[in-house]
Amino acid sequence: MKSKNDYEQSGGKKGLRWIYILTFIVMAFTGFGQMPIFKRYYVSDIPGMGWSADFYLTHYIHYLGAIFLLGLFAYVIVDYVLSGRKELSLISSAYVRIALLGGIVTTGIFRVLKNMPDVVFSPDFTRFIDISHLGFMMLYIFLALVFLIMKSGWVVIK
Amino acid sequence: MTKDISRRSFIKGGLAAAGAIAASSVPLPATVRGATQEELATLIDIRKCIGCEACVEACQEVNGRKFPEPKKPFPKMYPNRVKVSDWSDKRDVMDRLTPYNWLFIQESTVKVNGEEETFTFPRRCMHCQNPPCADLCPWGAARKLKNGITRIDADVCLGGSKCKAVCPWHIPERQTGVGLYLDILPSFAGNGVMYKCDRCYDRVEHGKLPACIEVCPEKVQKIGPRDEILKEAYSISKEINGYIYGEKENGGTNTIYVSPVPFEKLNKTIKKGPGRPHLKPVEDSMAHADNLAKAMVIAPIAGIAAAVGKAYSSRSQGKAGL
Ligand code: SF4
Ligand code: SF4
Ligand code: SF4
Repeated sequence: MKSKNDYEQSGGKKGLRWIYILTFIVMAFTGFGQMPIFKRYYVSDIPGMGWSADFYLTHYIHYLGAIFLLGLFAYVIVDYVLSGRKELSLISSAYVRIALLGGIVTTGIFRVLKNMPDVVFSPDFTRFIDISHLGFMMLYIFLALVFLIMKSGWVVIK
Repeated sequence: MTKDISRRSFIKGGLAAAGAIAASSVPLPATVRGATQEELATLIDIRKCIGCEACVEACQEVNGRKFPEPKKPFPKMYPNRVKVSDWSDKRDVMDRLTPYNWLFIQESTVKVNGEEETFTFPRRCMHCQNPPCADLCPWGAARKLKNGITRIDADVCLGGSKCKAVCPWHIPERQTGVGLYLDILPSFAGNGVMYKCDRCYDRVEHGKLPACIEVCPEKVQKIGPRDEILKEAYSISKEINGYIYGEKENGGTNTIYVSPVPFEKLNKTIKKGPGRPHLKPVEDSMAHADNLAKAMVIAPIAGIAAAVGKAYSSRSQGKAGL
Protein backbone atom coordinates (compact mmCIF):
# COMPACT_ATOMS: atom_id res chain seq x y z
CA MET A 1 0.00 0.00 0.00
CA LYS A 2 1.30 3.44 -0.87
CA SER A 3 1.48 5.90 2.00
CA LYS A 4 1.17 9.65 1.51
CA ASN A 5 4.90 10.02 1.95
CA ASP A 6 5.66 7.57 -0.84
CA TYR A 7 3.93 9.91 -3.19
CA GLU A 8 5.76 12.96 -1.90
CA GLN A 9 9.07 11.12 -1.88
CA SER A 10 8.82 10.00 -5.50
CA GLY A 11 11.66 11.22 -7.75
CA GLY A 12 10.46 14.42 -9.40
CA LYS A 13 8.31 15.50 -6.48
CA LYS A 14 11.20 15.03 -4.07
CA GLY A 15 13.42 17.24 -6.21
CA LEU A 16 10.73 19.89 -6.40
CA ARG A 17 10.21 19.69 -2.66
CA TRP A 18 13.87 20.40 -1.96
CA ILE A 19 13.99 23.25 -4.44
CA TYR A 20 10.92 24.67 -2.70
CA ILE A 21 12.45 24.34 0.77
CA LEU A 22 15.72 25.86 -0.39
CA THR A 23 13.94 28.77 -2.08
CA PHE A 24 11.95 29.35 1.08
CA ILE A 25 15.08 29.47 3.20
CA VAL A 26 16.59 32.00 0.79
CA MET A 27 13.36 34.03 0.89
CA ALA A 28 13.25 33.99 4.68
CA PHE A 29 16.91 34.99 4.90
CA THR A 30 16.75 37.79 2.34
CA GLY A 31 13.40 38.86 3.80
CA PHE A 32 14.85 39.21 7.27
CA GLY A 33 17.79 40.91 5.59
CA GLN A 34 15.43 43.76 4.72
CA MET A 35 15.66 44.70 8.37
CA PRO A 36 18.95 46.28 9.34
CA ILE A 37 20.02 43.39 11.58
CA PHE A 38 22.64 41.41 9.68
CA LYS A 39 25.32 44.01 10.14
CA ARG A 40 24.47 44.67 13.77
CA TYR A 41 24.48 40.97 14.61
CA TYR A 42 27.69 40.05 12.77
CA VAL A 43 25.97 37.95 10.07
CA SER A 44 27.67 40.00 7.38
CA ASP A 45 31.01 39.54 9.16
CA ILE A 46 30.95 35.80 8.53
CA PRO A 47 33.43 35.20 5.70
CA GLY A 48 31.51 35.03 2.42
CA MET A 49 28.40 36.67 3.91
CA GLY A 50 29.38 40.30 3.36
CA TRP A 51 26.67 40.54 0.69
CA SER A 52 23.95 39.98 3.28
CA ALA A 53 24.25 43.58 4.50
CA ASP A 54 23.73 44.97 0.98
CA PHE A 55 20.06 45.90 1.00
CA TYR A 56 19.85 46.26 -2.77
CA LEU A 57 21.36 42.82 -3.33
CA THR A 58 19.16 40.99 -0.80
CA HIS A 59 16.17 42.84 -2.24
CA TYR A 60 17.11 41.70 -5.73
CA ILE A 61 17.47 38.09 -4.62
CA HIS A 62 14.15 38.29 -2.76
CA TYR A 63 12.46 39.49 -5.96
CA LEU A 64 14.09 36.70 -8.00
CA GLY A 65 12.88 34.16 -5.45
CA ALA A 66 9.40 35.66 -5.60
CA ILE A 67 9.37 35.29 -9.38
CA PHE A 68 10.35 31.65 -9.04
CA LEU A 69 7.80 30.94 -6.31
CA LEU A 70 4.98 32.66 -8.20
CA GLY A 71 5.75 30.45 -11.21
CA LEU A 72 6.02 27.37 -9.02
CA PHE A 73 2.78 28.07 -7.13
CA ALA A 74 0.90 28.64 -10.39
CA TYR A 75 2.33 25.38 -11.74
CA VAL A 76 1.49 23.35 -8.64
CA ILE A 77 -2.04 24.74 -8.37
CA VAL A 78 -2.91 24.12 -12.01
CA ASP A 79 -1.20 20.73 -11.95
CA TYR A 80 -3.24 19.77 -8.89
CA VAL A 81 -6.48 20.92 -10.46
CA LEU A 82 -5.82 19.20 -13.80
CA SER A 83 -4.30 15.91 -12.67
CA GLY A 84 -3.41 15.68 -8.99
CA ARG A 85 -6.83 15.88 -7.42
CA LYS A 86 -8.02 12.73 -9.17
CA GLU A 87 -5.74 10.64 -7.03
CA LEU A 88 -4.72 12.96 -4.19
CA SER A 89 -6.49 15.04 -1.62
CA LEU A 90 -5.07 17.81 0.52
CA ILE A 91 -4.88 17.23 4.26
CA SER A 92 -5.90 19.85 6.80
CA SER A 93 -2.33 20.95 7.61
CA ALA A 94 -1.94 21.68 3.91
CA TYR A 95 -4.98 24.00 4.00
CA VAL A 96 -3.46 25.92 6.89
CA ARG A 97 -0.21 26.33 4.97
CA ILE A 98 -2.00 27.30 1.77
CA ALA A 99 -3.88 30.00 3.67
CA LEU A 100 -0.63 31.37 5.10
CA LEU A 101 1.12 31.20 1.73
CA GLY A 102 -1.86 33.06 0.31
CA GLY A 103 -1.28 35.72 2.94
CA ILE A 104 2.44 35.93 2.20
CA VAL A 105 1.88 36.15 -1.55
CA THR A 106 -0.93 38.71 -1.33
CA THR A 107 0.93 41.03 1.03
CA GLY A 108 4.08 40.47 -1.03
CA ILE A 109 2.26 41.58 -4.18
CA PHE A 110 1.13 44.76 -2.45
CA ARG A 111 4.68 45.32 -1.24
CA VAL A 112 5.93 45.06 -4.83
CA LEU A 113 3.18 47.40 -6.01
CA LYS A 114 4.18 49.92 -3.37
CA ASN A 115 7.69 49.94 -4.77
CA MET A 116 6.44 50.95 -8.23
CA PRO A 117 7.09 54.58 -9.15
CA ASP A 118 3.51 55.83 -9.27
CA VAL A 119 1.92 53.80 -6.51
CA VAL A 120 1.35 55.51 -3.18
CA PHE A 121 -0.53 53.77 -0.36
CA SER A 122 -1.88 55.34 2.79
CA PRO A 123 0.47 55.27 5.78
CA ASP A 124 -1.66 52.80 7.74
CA PHE A 125 -2.09 50.45 4.82
CA THR A 126 1.66 50.55 4.13
CA ARG A 127 2.41 49.62 7.71
CA PHE A 128 -0.26 46.91 7.71
CA ILE A 129 1.22 45.34 4.57
CA ASP A 130 4.77 45.49 5.89
CA ILE A 131 4.00 43.98 9.26
CA SER A 132 1.55 41.35 8.05
CA HIS A 133 3.99 40.12 5.36
CA LEU A 134 6.49 39.51 8.14
CA GLY A 135 3.80 38.04 10.42
CA PHE A 136 2.50 35.55 7.86
CA MET A 137 6.05 34.47 7.15
CA MET A 138 6.98 33.93 10.79
CA LEU A 139 3.80 31.92 11.34
CA TYR A 140 4.50 29.88 8.24
CA ILE A 141 8.03 29.07 9.34
CA PHE A 142 6.79 28.13 12.79
CA LEU A 143 4.07 25.84 11.43
CA ALA A 144 6.37 24.37 8.78
CA LEU A 145 8.69 23.31 11.59
CA VAL A 146 5.83 21.88 13.63
CA PHE A 147 4.56 19.92 10.63
CA LEU A 148 8.09 18.77 9.89
CA ILE A 149 8.39 17.32 13.38
CA MET A 150 4.94 15.76 13.03
CA LYS A 151 6.06 14.43 9.64
CA SER A 152 2.92 15.86 8.15
CA GLY A 153 2.98 16.15 4.37
CA TRP A 154 0.57 18.00 2.12
CA VAL A 155 -1.51 15.29 0.45
CA VAL A 156 -2.87 11.77 0.89
CA ILE A 157 -3.56 9.26 -1.82
CA LYS A 158 -7.27 8.90 -2.33
CA MET B 1 34.65 85.62 -0.71
CA THR B 2 34.81 88.41 1.89
CA LYS B 3 32.23 90.21 -0.15
CA ASP B 4 30.08 87.13 0.10
CA ILE B 5 30.45 86.89 3.84
CA SER B 6 29.66 90.48 4.51
CA ARG B 7 26.63 90.26 2.28
CA ARG B 8 25.61 87.12 4.06
CA SER B 9 25.91 88.56 7.56
CA PHE B 10 24.21 91.74 6.46
CA ILE B 11 21.16 89.89 5.26
CA LYS B 12 21.25 87.63 8.29
CA GLY B 13 21.29 90.63 10.59
CA GLY B 14 18.59 92.35 8.64
CA LEU B 15 16.38 89.34 8.88
CA ALA B 16 16.98 88.89 12.56
CA ALA B 17 15.96 92.50 13.05
CA ALA B 18 12.83 91.92 11.08
CA GLY B 19 11.94 89.11 13.44
CA ALA B 20 12.95 86.39 10.97
CA ILE B 21 10.09 84.71 9.28
CA ALA B 22 7.65 84.58 12.19
CA ALA B 23 4.30 83.05 11.45
CA SER B 24 3.70 84.78 8.17
CA SER B 25 1.27 83.19 5.82
CA VAL B 26 2.37 83.58 2.26
CA PRO B 27 0.30 80.94 0.52
CA LEU B 28 1.31 78.42 -2.09
CA PRO B 29 0.87 79.62 -5.66
CA ALA B 30 -2.79 79.62 -6.62
CA THR B 31 -2.23 76.69 -8.96
CA VAL B 32 -0.99 74.62 -6.06
CA ARG B 33 -3.46 75.53 -3.34
CA GLY B 34 -6.06 72.88 -2.72
CA ALA B 35 -4.37 70.67 -5.26
CA THR B 36 -1.96 68.94 -2.94
CA GLN B 37 -2.73 65.54 -4.42
CA GLU B 38 -0.67 66.59 -7.42
CA GLU B 39 3.05 65.86 -7.46
CA LEU B 40 4.81 69.10 -6.53
CA ALA B 41 8.44 69.85 -7.20
CA THR B 42 10.74 72.67 -6.19
CA LEU B 43 12.98 74.67 -8.46
CA ILE B 44 16.31 75.92 -7.13
CA ASP B 45 18.00 78.53 -9.28
CA ILE B 46 21.51 78.50 -7.87
CA ARG B 47 22.48 81.74 -9.62
CA LYS B 48 20.26 83.67 -7.25
CA CYS B 49 21.44 82.25 -3.92
CA ILE B 50 23.63 84.59 -1.85
CA GLY B 51 24.29 82.06 0.90
CA CYS B 52 22.64 84.12 3.63
CA GLU B 53 21.39 80.98 5.40
CA ALA B 54 18.02 82.58 6.15
CA CYS B 55 16.43 79.40 4.81
CA VAL B 56 18.49 77.25 7.16
CA GLU B 57 17.40 79.32 10.15
CA ALA B 58 13.79 79.35 9.02
CA CYS B 59 13.78 75.59 8.67
CA GLN B 60 15.09 75.16 12.21
CA GLU B 61 12.60 77.66 13.56
CA VAL B 62 9.55 76.31 11.84
CA ASN B 63 10.38 72.64 12.29
CA GLY B 64 11.97 72.95 15.73
CA ARG B 65 8.96 71.34 17.39
CA LYS B 66 9.57 68.21 15.32
CA PHE B 67 13.17 67.92 16.48
CA PRO B 68 14.14 65.08 18.83
CA GLU B 69 14.24 65.54 22.60
CA PRO B 70 16.16 62.43 23.57
CA LYS B 71 16.08 60.94 27.03
CA LYS B 72 19.48 60.49 28.62
CA PRO B 73 21.27 58.34 29.54
CA PHE B 74 20.60 56.27 26.42
CA PRO B 75 19.76 52.62 26.98
CA LYS B 76 22.85 50.47 26.54
CA MET B 77 22.84 48.88 23.11
CA TYR B 78 24.13 45.44 22.17
CA PRO B 79 26.38 44.38 20.65
CA ASN B 80 28.91 47.04 21.56
CA ARG B 81 29.59 47.93 17.96
CA VAL B 82 26.24 49.72 17.74
CA LYS B 83 27.11 53.38 17.75
CA VAL B 84 25.13 56.09 19.47
CA SER B 85 24.25 59.01 17.19
CA ASP B 86 23.83 62.00 19.41
CA TRP B 87 23.37 65.48 17.98
CA SER B 88 21.37 66.86 20.87
CA ASP B 89 24.32 68.85 22.21
CA LYS B 90 25.27 70.07 18.75
CA ARG B 91 21.97 71.58 17.75
CA ASP B 92 23.55 74.71 16.32
CA VAL B 93 25.57 72.89 13.63
CA MET B 94 24.45 74.52 10.39
CA ASP B 95 27.05 73.46 7.86
CA ARG B 96 25.82 69.91 7.29
CA LEU B 97 22.69 67.80 7.66
CA THR B 98 21.89 66.63 11.19
CA PRO B 99 18.69 65.58 12.97
CA TYR B 100 18.46 69.25 14.00
CA ASN B 101 19.43 70.74 10.66
CA TRP B 102 17.55 69.48 7.64
CA LEU B 103 18.96 72.01 5.22
CA PHE B 104 22.39 73.52 4.75
CA ILE B 105 24.15 75.73 2.27
CA GLN B 106 26.75 74.15 0.09
CA GLU B 107 29.45 76.24 -1.52
CA SER B 108 31.43 75.74 -4.66
CA THR B 109 34.10 77.94 -6.22
CA VAL B 110 34.63 77.23 -9.88
CA LYS B 111 36.25 78.94 -12.86
CA VAL B 112 33.72 80.44 -15.24
CA ASN B 113 35.21 81.95 -18.40
CA GLY B 114 38.60 82.10 -16.72
CA GLU B 115 37.27 83.88 -13.65
CA GLU B 116 36.67 82.36 -10.25
CA GLU B 117 33.09 82.42 -9.16
CA THR B 118 31.52 81.18 -5.93
CA PHE B 119 28.12 79.58 -5.92
CA THR B 120 26.05 78.77 -2.87
CA PHE B 121 22.93 76.65 -2.88
CA PRO B 122 20.58 74.95 -0.43
CA ARG B 123 20.89 71.19 -0.01
CA ARG B 124 18.39 68.84 1.60
CA CYS B 125 16.38 65.74 0.73
CA MET B 126 15.66 65.59 -3.01
CA HIS B 127 12.16 64.09 -2.53
CA CYS B 128 12.65 61.38 -5.13
CA GLN B 129 9.74 60.33 -7.32
CA ASN B 130 10.34 56.68 -6.45
CA PRO B 131 12.26 57.04 -3.19
CA PRO B 132 14.31 53.98 -2.18
CA CYS B 133 14.30 55.23 1.43
CA ALA B 134 10.53 54.78 1.51
CA ASP B 135 10.27 51.75 -0.76
CA LEU B 136 12.81 49.79 1.22
CA CYS B 137 11.84 50.94 4.72
CA PRO B 138 11.03 47.63 6.41
CA TRP B 139 8.69 49.24 8.86
CA GLY B 140 6.59 51.56 6.74
CA ALA B 141 7.93 54.58 8.61
CA ALA B 142 9.36 56.34 5.54
CA ARG B 143 6.87 56.93 2.80
CA LYS B 144 6.00 59.06 -0.16
CA LEU B 145 2.94 61.26 -0.15
CA LYS B 146 0.87 61.88 -3.26
CA ASN B 147 2.05 65.48 -3.42
CA GLY B 148 5.64 64.39 -3.98
CA ILE B 149 6.87 64.68 -0.39
CA THR B 150 8.84 61.83 1.14
CA ARG B 151 8.70 61.88 4.90
CA ILE B 152 9.76 59.73 7.81
CA ASP B 153 7.23 59.28 10.56
CA ALA B 154 9.10 59.97 13.80
CA ASP B 155 6.50 58.07 15.81
CA VAL B 156 7.09 54.88 13.85
CA CYS B 157 10.76 54.96 12.80
CA LEU B 158 13.07 52.63 14.74
CA GLY B 159 16.27 54.32 13.60
CA GLY B 160 17.83 51.33 11.84
CA SER B 161 19.28 53.78 9.30
CA LYS B 162 18.44 51.63 6.31
CA CYS B 163 16.91 54.66 4.57
CA LYS B 164 20.25 56.43 4.86
CA ALA B 165 22.12 53.39 3.54
CA VAL B 166 19.92 53.08 0.44
CA CYS B 167 19.53 56.83 -0.26
CA PRO B 168 21.90 57.75 -3.09
CA TRP B 169 22.71 60.97 -1.20
CA HIS B 170 22.62 59.43 2.31
CA ILE B 171 20.31 62.21 3.48
CA PRO B 172 18.52 60.99 6.65
CA GLU B 173 20.36 61.55 9.93
CA ARG B 174 19.85 59.60 13.14
CA GLN B 175 19.29 60.69 16.71
CA THR B 176 19.58 58.02 19.39
CA GLY B 177 17.39 57.98 22.50
CA VAL B 178 14.02 58.88 20.97
CA GLY B 179 11.15 57.03 19.37
CA LEU B 180 9.37 53.75 19.33
CA TYR B 181 12.42 51.52 19.80
CA LEU B 182 12.57 52.66 23.44
CA ASP B 183 9.25 50.89 24.03
CA ILE B 184 10.25 47.63 22.34
CA LEU B 185 13.72 46.17 22.88
CA PRO B 186 15.93 49.25 23.15
CA SER B 187 19.07 47.24 23.81
CA PHE B 188 18.68 44.85 20.91
CA ALA B 189 16.74 46.49 18.10
CA GLY B 190 16.56 50.00 16.72
CA ASN B 191 18.65 53.00 17.60
CA GLY B 192 16.47 56.11 17.60
CA VAL B 193 14.76 57.99 14.80
CA MET B 194 15.90 59.18 11.38
CA TYR B 195 15.34 62.84 10.50
CA LYS B 196 15.36 64.80 7.28
CA CYS B 197 13.53 67.54 5.40
CA ASP B 198 9.81 66.74 5.20
CA ARG B 199 9.29 69.66 2.82
CA CYS B 200 7.17 71.24 5.51
CA TYR B 201 4.36 68.76 4.78
CA ASP B 202 2.18 70.31 7.47
CA ARG B 203 2.50 73.81 6.04
CA VAL B 204 1.91 72.55 2.51
CA GLU B 205 -1.20 70.71 3.75
CA HIS B 206 -2.56 74.06 4.86
CA GLY B 207 -1.71 75.77 1.62
CA LYS B 208 1.40 77.49 2.97
CA LEU B 209 4.83 77.55 1.40
CA PRO B 210 7.70 75.52 2.87
CA ALA B 211 9.53 77.84 5.28
CA CYS B 212 12.82 77.88 3.37
CA ILE B 213 11.04 78.97 0.19
CA GLU B 214 8.98 81.63 1.89
CA VAL B 215 11.82 83.30 3.78
CA CYS B 216 14.39 83.48 1.01
CA PRO B 217 15.12 87.15 0.20
CA GLU B 218 16.36 86.24 -3.26
CA LYS B 219 13.50 83.93 -4.26
CA VAL B 220 15.93 81.17 -5.03
CA GLN B 221 13.32 78.44 -4.69
CA LYS B 222 9.92 77.97 -6.16
CA ILE B 223 7.33 75.22 -5.72
CA GLY B 224 4.68 74.04 -8.16
CA PRO B 225 3.37 71.11 -10.16
CA ARG B 226 6.35 69.09 -11.36
CA ASP B 227 5.70 69.54 -15.08
CA GLU B 228 5.43 73.32 -14.70
CA ILE B 229 8.58 73.44 -12.58
CA LEU B 230 10.42 71.39 -15.19
CA LYS B 231 9.19 73.65 -17.98
CA GLU B 232 10.51 76.65 -16.13
CA ALA B 233 13.82 74.92 -15.35
CA TYR B 234 14.24 74.18 -19.04
CA SER B 235 13.44 77.68 -20.10
CA ILE B 236 15.96 79.16 -17.62
CA SER B 237 18.52 76.58 -18.63
CA LYS B 238 18.03 77.44 -22.29
CA GLU B 239 18.30 81.12 -21.64
CA ILE B 240 21.55 80.83 -19.68
CA ASN B 241 22.95 77.86 -21.54
CA GLY B 242 22.80 76.05 -18.22
CA TYR B 243 22.43 72.66 -16.61
CA ILE B 244 19.76 70.77 -14.70
CA TYR B 245 20.16 68.39 -11.76
CA GLY B 246 17.40 66.31 -10.20
CA GLU B 247 15.18 65.77 -13.21
CA LYS B 248 16.55 62.33 -14.04
CA GLU B 249 18.69 61.59 -10.98
CA ASN B 250 17.62 58.43 -9.18
CA GLY B 251 14.88 57.99 -11.76
CA GLY B 252 13.54 61.51 -11.16
CA THR B 253 13.28 63.76 -8.10
CA ASN B 254 11.05 66.61 -7.02
CA THR B 255 13.97 68.96 -6.49
CA ILE B 256 15.21 70.55 -9.68
CA TYR B 257 18.44 72.55 -9.58
CA VAL B 258 19.37 74.90 -12.40
CA SER B 259 22.97 76.07 -12.74
CA PRO B 260 25.01 78.03 -15.26
CA VAL B 261 27.93 75.63 -14.73
CA PRO B 262 27.94 71.84 -15.09
CA PHE B 263 27.08 69.97 -11.90
CA GLU B 264 30.17 67.78 -12.33
CA LYS B 265 32.21 70.92 -11.94
CA LEU B 266 30.31 72.01 -8.84
CA ASN B 267 30.54 68.50 -7.43
CA LYS B 268 34.33 68.62 -7.61
CA THR B 269 34.66 71.62 -5.34
CA ILE B 270 31.87 71.19 -2.79
CA LYS B 271 32.67 69.74 0.64
CA LYS B 272 31.38 66.18 0.61
CA GLY B 273 31.17 63.53 3.30
CA PRO B 274 28.84 62.63 6.16
CA GLY B 275 25.87 65.00 6.13
CA ARG B 276 27.15 66.69 2.97
CA PRO B 277 25.66 65.11 -0.16
CA HIS B 278 27.37 64.99 -3.54
CA LEU B 279 26.07 66.29 -6.87
CA LYS B 280 27.01 63.27 -9.01
CA PRO B 281 24.76 61.73 -11.62
CA VAL B 282 22.65 59.00 -9.99
CA GLU B 283 21.18 55.93 -11.68
CA ASP B 284 17.62 54.89 -10.82
CA SER B 285 18.08 52.87 -7.61
CA MET B 286 14.73 51.13 -7.95
CA ALA B 287 15.08 50.21 -11.64
CA HIS B 288 15.95 46.61 -10.77
CA ALA B 289 12.76 46.28 -8.74
CA ASP B 290 10.62 47.81 -11.48
CA ASN B 291 12.04 45.40 -14.06
CA LEU B 292 11.71 42.33 -11.87
CA ALA B 293 8.15 43.33 -11.01
CA LYS B 294 7.31 42.89 -14.69
CA ALA B 295 8.79 39.39 -14.60
CA MET B 296 6.52 38.66 -11.64
CA VAL B 297 3.51 39.07 -13.90
CA ILE B 298 4.94 36.66 -16.44
CA ALA B 299 6.07 33.97 -13.95
CA PRO B 300 2.62 32.62 -13.03
CA ILE B 301 1.63 32.54 -16.69
CA ALA B 302 4.71 30.42 -17.38
CA GLY B 303 3.84 28.16 -14.44
CA ILE B 304 0.28 27.69 -15.70
CA ALA B 305 1.51 26.99 -19.21
CA ALA B 306 3.95 24.36 -17.92
CA ALA B 307 1.24 22.59 -15.90
CA VAL B 308 -1.24 22.66 -18.77
CA GLY B 309 1.46 21.37 -21.11
CA LYS B 310 2.24 18.54 -18.72
CA ALA B 311 -1.42 17.53 -18.37
CA TYR B 312 -1.90 17.68 -22.11
CA SER B 313 1.15 15.55 -22.87
CA SER B 314 0.29 12.94 -20.21
CA ARG B 315 -3.26 12.79 -21.57
CA SER B 316 -2.13 12.27 -25.13
CA GLN B 317 0.40 9.69 -23.91
CA GLY B 318 -2.45 7.93 -22.11
CA LYS B 319 -4.49 7.95 -25.31
CA ALA B 320 -1.57 6.59 -27.32
CA GLY B 321 -1.22 3.80 -24.76
CA LEU B 322 -4.82 2.70 -25.28
S1 SF4 C 1 18.42 79.93 -0.68
FE1 SF4 C 1 17.79 81.99 -0.22
S2 SF4 C 1 17.63 82.06 2.01
FE2 SF4 C 1 18.82 80.24 1.48
S3 SF4 C 1 20.93 80.89 1.53
FE3 SF4 C 1 20.30 81.12 -0.58
S4 SF4 C 1 19.57 83.23 -0.68
FE4 SF4 C 1 19.69 82.75 1.47
S1 SF4 D 1 16.92 61.97 -1.46
FE1 SF4 D 1 17.23 60.17 -0.19
S2 SF4 D 1 16.05 60.58 1.64
FE2 SF4 D 1 15.31 61.99 0.08
S3 SF4 D 1 13.58 60.93 -0.92
FE3 SF4 D 1 15.42 60.46 -2.12
S4 SF4 D 1 16.12 58.53 -1.24
FE4 SF4 D 1 14.74 59.42 0.25
S1 SF4 E 1 11.12 72.33 2.94
FE1 SF4 E 1 10.74 72.72 5.11
S2 SF4 E 1 11.69 70.97 6.11
FE2 SF4 E 1 12.54 71.02 4.06
S3 SF4 E 1 14.40 72.22 4.19
FE3 SF4 E 1 12.77 73.64 3.63
S4 SF4 E 1 12.04 74.43 5.58
FE4 SF4 E 1 13.22 72.61 6.05
